Amino acid sequence: MPEVVLSAQNLVKHYPIKRGVLRRTVGHVKAVDGVSFDLHKGETLGIVGESGCGKSTLGRLLMRLEEPTAGSVTFEGQDWSGASARDTRRLRRDIQIVFQDPYTSLNPRMTVGDIIGEPFEIHADVVPKGGRRQRVQELLDLVGLNPEHINRYPHQFSGGQRQRIGIARGIALNPKVLICDEPVSALDVSVQAQVVNLMEKLQDELGLAYVFIAHDLSVVRHISDRVGVMYLGRMAELGEEDEVYARPTHPYTQALLSAVPVPDPTLRGKRDQIVLVGDVPSPANPPSGCRFHTRCWKAQDVCSTLEPELEPRADGHGEHLSACHFAEPRLVVETVDVTGIEPDDRFVSTDTDDLVDAGAGLGAEGGGEELDSGQAEDRARPPATEDTPQVSDPTRVVEDTRDNQG
Amino acid sequence: MTVQDTTRTDDARVRYEPQDGVLLEVEDLFVEFHTADGIATAINGVSFELHQGESLAILGESGSGKSVTAQAIMGILDMPPAVIPSGHIRYCGQDLLTMPEEQRRKTRGPEVSMIFQDALSSLNPVFPVGWQIAEMFRVHRGMNKSDALQQAVRLMERVQIPAARERVKAYPHQFSGGMRQRIMIAMAIALDPAVLIADEPTTALDVTVQAQIMSLLEELQEERQMGLILITHDLGVVADVADRIAVMYAGRLVEKADVDALYASPAHPYTRGLLESIPRLDQKGQTLAAIGGLPPNLMRIPPGCAFNPRCRMAQDVCRTDRPELREVAPGRLSACHFAEEVIDA
Ligand SMILES: Nc1ncnc2c1ncn2[C@@H]1O[C@H](COP(=O)(O)OP(=O)(O)O)[C@@H](O)[C@H]1O
Ligand SMILES: Nc1ncnc2c1ncn2[C@@H]1O[C@H](COP(=O)(O)OP(=O)(O)O)[C@@H](O)[C@H]1O
Ligand code: SF4
Ligand code: SF4
Ligand SMILES: [Mg+2]
Ligand SMILES: [Mg+2]
Repeated sequence: MPEVVLSAQNLVKHYPIKRGVLRRTVGHVKAVDGVSFDLHKGETLGIVGESGCGKSTLGRLLMRLEEPTAGSVTFEGQDWSGASARDTRRLRRDIQIVFQDPYTSLNPRMTVGDIIGEPFEIHADVVPKGGRRQRVQELLDLVGLNPEHINRYPHQFSGGQRQRIGIARGIALNPKVLICDEPVSALDVSVQAQVVNLMEKLQDELGLAYVFIAHDLSVVRHISDRVGVMYLGRMAELGEEDEVYARPTHPYTQALLSAVPVPDPTLRGKRDQIVLVGDVPSPANPPSGCRFHTRCWKAQDVCSTLEPELEPRADGHGEHLSACHFAEPRLVVETVDVTGIEPDDRFVSTDTDDLVDAGAGLGAEGGGEELDSGQAEDRARPPATEDTPQVSDPTRVVEDTRDNQG
Repeated sequence: MTVQDTTRTDDARVRYEPQDGVLLEVEDLFVEFHTADGIATAINGVSFELHQGESLAILGESGSGKSVTAQAIMGILDMPPAVIPSGHIRYCGQDLLTMPEEQRRKTRGPEVSMIFQDALSSLNPVFPVGWQIAEMFRVHRGMNKSDALQQAVRLMERVQIPAARERVKAYPHQFSGGMRQRIMIAMAIALDPAVLIADEPTTALDVTVQAQIMSLLEELQEERQMGLILITHDLGVVADVADRIAVMYAGRLVEKADVDALYASPAHPYTRGLLESIPRLDQKGQTLAAIGGLPPNLMRIPPGCAFNPRCRMAQDVCRTDRPELREVAPGRLSACHFAEEVIDA
């Protein structure tokens, strides 16, 4: 296996809950509560789990956007927390982040050139000042946007294009690790495919390692080499993509996978669907023992008293990491038999480079084709698919872009 | 479950009879938005029927006009800026668009009701949920306060809200997203509607909760023989629930078929492109098929086939002649000049 670039050891993040006029701490939200894993050079580690389980917090901890309550993050063997100011700067360069929401994560008052070039202001040594504009244009080209659009504002781009801008900014400093927090969740399925393709292409060309956080289990399966399943701040299961998807041993993973609707009507009613009862308990007061025991159909007495370790457990084929006392494999993902069905390239484009051409010739998206004002308006309205619980306040940006237009 | 019967109320409301099983009929509907920038044609000649007990999915990407279609049926479009220049929306043969106001009020709501993606914004934050449900029975059924509240509790039990009797006085924010969605469903079915429109009902929810809500909706539909219009962009959800699918693109229906037929052999390049953009197991490590480009600006829909700038099959005729939605195989409608070729591909 390639060398380890990024490693998390027992990461913990507790947020204080404050009440009353004196703002006394009355408890803690245990957002991340003991997570360990290694990320290897050039690999993609997918992180899945229901909203609120700590995925974004984990991403911020890895980036050092927040200090962990306990535990450590090491990059190429060097511990973040002990690093000198100079090393910290280098670490910041080598690990970058791309956020979910292309509507709120880009400053609407900055041009695309300023947004992508901003990291060079902080890390002035990466590209000499005179070469920055050219470098930004190269980056635009690399992510399939038109380099001539360097002076445009975010509202002049569609959702998919804004996500490309976020990615260009993320890779500007030639990082080794890119943390992607729900990078395609706000996008429509056809555009989502374009962005996933772009990310895979960049990984191949630049040797990036990704931590790919998402709640869409089929996208994660497609892009990931290994997958970690989180529940209430802890890792329930961690393994190679096929170990987790084809031979899951943790009941939570099994339930989660079985809940994903499969786009094949012939499987209706034939799938093994595990319907969980109730909601995820509060991370301020996680259940004792195994955190999943309040919703687990296999729970025994021991589950509420003894916390199961995340350790190698038999999966019927070999073994992989699972945190369940009664781990056993169960096949829950029915897969469509598509052997022999070749995508027909008369209907779809399978190539991102090709999109650039199509864009230039046909007034389509890939080439960074501009939106006219009406379309930009459309795009400023949050599309239905974007409305995940994390979206803070899309209306704010709509306001801002209006300012910008005027 | 025996609760179901007690939650069904009968009264002296106007009873509509479906004609040949057709509950709802949308015919050549147009909706425009008149804005400072110009006129956007959001719905550009849409026709479909909904039968008793049928689940019809309206599938399309954001901006294709799914919600506007639903809002037009419900009569909740903002007019202005919205204008309905032409078209008919018939409920059991009676045109909702031309019906007298009083009759329309008694039809929309009680007979045709709707649930939305975001329950929090459609529930009133300052009233207890039980009170909000009970209010439906008081206003539309003339029940007294305590009977109405009894009825609300039964309905909350029906949609599987744990400890309904205790939680009837709780406020919307005191429930989780999934529970709020159940409350909204309870309100939507309170008056025993014949048609239920669900606009992205699970889009904001986690898959585990989505599975619970979808199975509840299916159960209720079966039990009450409602016609269900399920609006979604999720090809997985559609495959699990719908009988028939109408695919929307730039304000038009481009394909309509039974769910099995559509997934087995789509008859429109756009549908086919959508199906192929979903990551599949055998494509692991390969480039995903993506549809290039973007949907058009609705103020400047391209002449001919609106999909032509993104369509790899497009010929000259596609840039000049608009393909009508036509029968291309038994029970299959497609709006593509080359549908027969697509279906056989
Ligand atoms: N800055 C914060 N202060 C307090 N609580 C937080 C903060 N950020 C996240 N949380 C809480 O931590 C938990 C995990 O959140 P998050 O990491 O965003 O989950 P996910 O990304 O998996 O949805 C949630 O209960 C959330 O409310
Ligand atoms: N109130 C409005 N004013 C102007 N345009 C609108 C309004 N509501 C919807 N639209 C436009 O109508 C089109 C269809 O919208 P909608 O039906 O919401 O799409 P979706 O398929 O995502 O539900 C979009 O382009 C949208 O911008
Ligand atoms: S340890 Fe017990 S409660 Fe936890 S997942 Fe395993 S069986 Fe279920
Ligand atoms: S009519 Fe022409 S452009 Fe439209 S979908 Fe069919 S082949 Fe493509
Ligand atoms: Mg998150
Ligand atoms: Mg909508």
